Amino acid sequence: MGLLSEKPQGLPRKEAPLSLSLRKVAMAEKKLTHTSLKRSWTSPSSSLAERSVEVCLALASLVSIVTTLSIVTILLMEGGTFFSQVSLWDFLTGLQWSPLIEPKAFGILPLVCGTLLVGVGAMLVAAPMGAVTALFLSEYTSGVTRTVLKASLEVLAGIPTVVYGFFAVTFVTPLLKGIFVNIEIFNALSAAIVVGMMTIPTISSISQDAFQAVPQDLREAAYGLGARKFQVALTVVFPAALSGFVASIMLAFARAVGETMAVTLAAGATPRLTLNPLESIQTMTSYIVQVSMGDTPAGTVEYQSIFAVGLVLFLMTLSTNMIGNWVVSRYRQKYI
Amino acid sequence: MMFEKIRERLSYFVGLLAVVASLGLLFILIYDIIRQGGGALSWDFITNFPSRFPAQAGVRSALFGTAWVMIMTAFISIPLGVFTGIYLEEFLSRGVFKKFIEVNISNLAGVPSIVYGMLGLAVFVRAMALGRSVLSGALTMSLLILPVIVIATVEALKSVPTTLRWAAFGVGASRRQVVFSHVLPQAFPGICTGVILALSRAIGESAPLILIGALSYVAFVPENPMDSFTVLAIQTFNWASRPQEAFHERAAAAIIVLLILTLAMNGLAIYLRARFAGRKGAR
Repeated sequence: MGLLSEKPQGLPRKEAPLSLSLRKVAMAEKKLTHTSLKRSWTSPSSSLAERSVEVCLALASLVSIVTTLSIVTILLMEGGTFFSQVSLWDFLTGLQWSPLIEPKAFGILPLVCGTLLVGVGAMLVAAPMGAVTALFLSEYTSGVTRTVLKASLEVLAGIPTVVYGFFAVTFVTPLLKGIFVNIEIFNALSAAIVVGMMTIPTISSISQDAFQAVPQDLREAAYGLGARKFQVALTVVFPAALSGFVASIMLAFARAVGETMAVTLAAGATPRLTLNPLESIQTMTSYIVQVSMGDTPAGTVEYQSIFAVGLVLFLMTLSTNMIGNWVVSRYRQKYI
Repeated sequence: MMFEKIRERLSYFVGLLAVVASLGLLFILIYDIIRQGGGALSWDFITNFPSRFPAQAGVRSALFGTAWVMIMTAFISIPLGVFTGIYLEEFLSRGVFKKFIEVNISNLAGVPSIVYGMLGLAVFVRAMALGRSVLSGALTMSLLILPVIVIATVEALKSVPTTLRWAAFGVGASRRQVVFSHVLPQAFPGICTGVILALSRAIGESAPLILIGALSYVAFVPENPMDSFTVLAIQTFNWASRPQEAFHERAAAAIIVLLILTLAMNGLAIYLRARFAGRKGAR
């Protein structure tokens, strides 16, 4: 994400004009003294070593482009074969998803519904926590305290997601059972809670950057009018950096939607069109895992269906991420 | 007046509470895992192969598999990622092409890991016929963490002052010499931090490896890159998804091993970052 911020570069990028003029001098020298000074006066940037280094680096950076192209190609190709057998309309509007049991039905809405249930639920946990945390870190702390707290919060994002899944099944769900009597063993709620936990650092860290980027002048103007810290934080800093906060939620939401292992362990494998978080559901990611854990041979409709689901997942996360990244880069340009 | 004072105090404590609650959740998670798995953790657990009998099941093959995949991933992804970062930041002039690669990489960083698994399945396992091997796993993992390493490298290079480059160019160094002898050593700690964080992410990642067909029951240690394999995270997933309580204990013990590895790497990265930041301040 940091890639998007532009930094003014005072340095001429491609070839220093200095070396150009040096080359002219070298050519003039060559006429006068023949070969004696040639080596040391040749422009260094034209040597073979220079060229080959640059070519190697360029080749390495091509890998990222090839990766993107391959992802798109594979999803479109395998997904395309799937859509030659199942109509796109049925896929997008069907209310039932039962690809492994006859009669087969490939309506993706139950999977999308399950994914959104977990994703939105996770944001309901992570957005308030992340906002308050970010505002606290940006406005009420400074120096070492801020650094230490931020670093310890990052640990939440560093814990493997399979650990969160295990935690959801063995700790969160039994705890929820004490509150909601009719909760199922695998349920969307516990998955949403742990996915929310792991996305708190995403929201708090990006929002904190946005809050800290709000110009000090705005705060001082408010203080000058007699506002107190809480009022400044809530009525000046937060509204000024609202776009950054929204962007952080979008990026975290994309992460929650693509989350796999925790959701597979905690939310169950029952594709169901429901908004009740206490029931077992299935997300797009956990369907993909379910199929690849089984012995589904390549070439069958079931096998191709994971690429169709993957395509939907890819488009969902890509669009959310692109909007989020765009907003982040915009507020960076605005204030920094 | 009184009301405002209370509100100021209260807002501070609400903020503090949010931070403490997040960290508290972290501690509860770690405590709960240790409580569940501490009893199963023993030397036998480390050296035994997985088994149908929970009491004898261990993580030997998973540990070796993780080591194999991680070492190969490091060898593939670090050069690729660091070179891409250097090319982007030091060689490429600003323009449409640079913007295109940057946007491409920041979007790749947001692609769900499971989609990389599908890429690995279709390209490495099937099209290149590498099979469900360590090599396929390492290649897939490398593509997954590549954007993270590139972004870290670019950030580290950006933090090197432009004056350093000017000085080196001024005494007649070529761009290659400027970058590799002057800029890169300065950016090295930052790049290291990013690389370690990326690898610690890869250690805990299991979704893409399940897609390319890493097995969950492996009773041997992989001996060459073409062998099939399992990793700690998949072994954990396998035990955690079984109904028997005894296997949950094994899963928790495997998680402790996994957490020790990831948290140690995270700690190392944070330590390096702190030292690096200190040096920057002194300049």
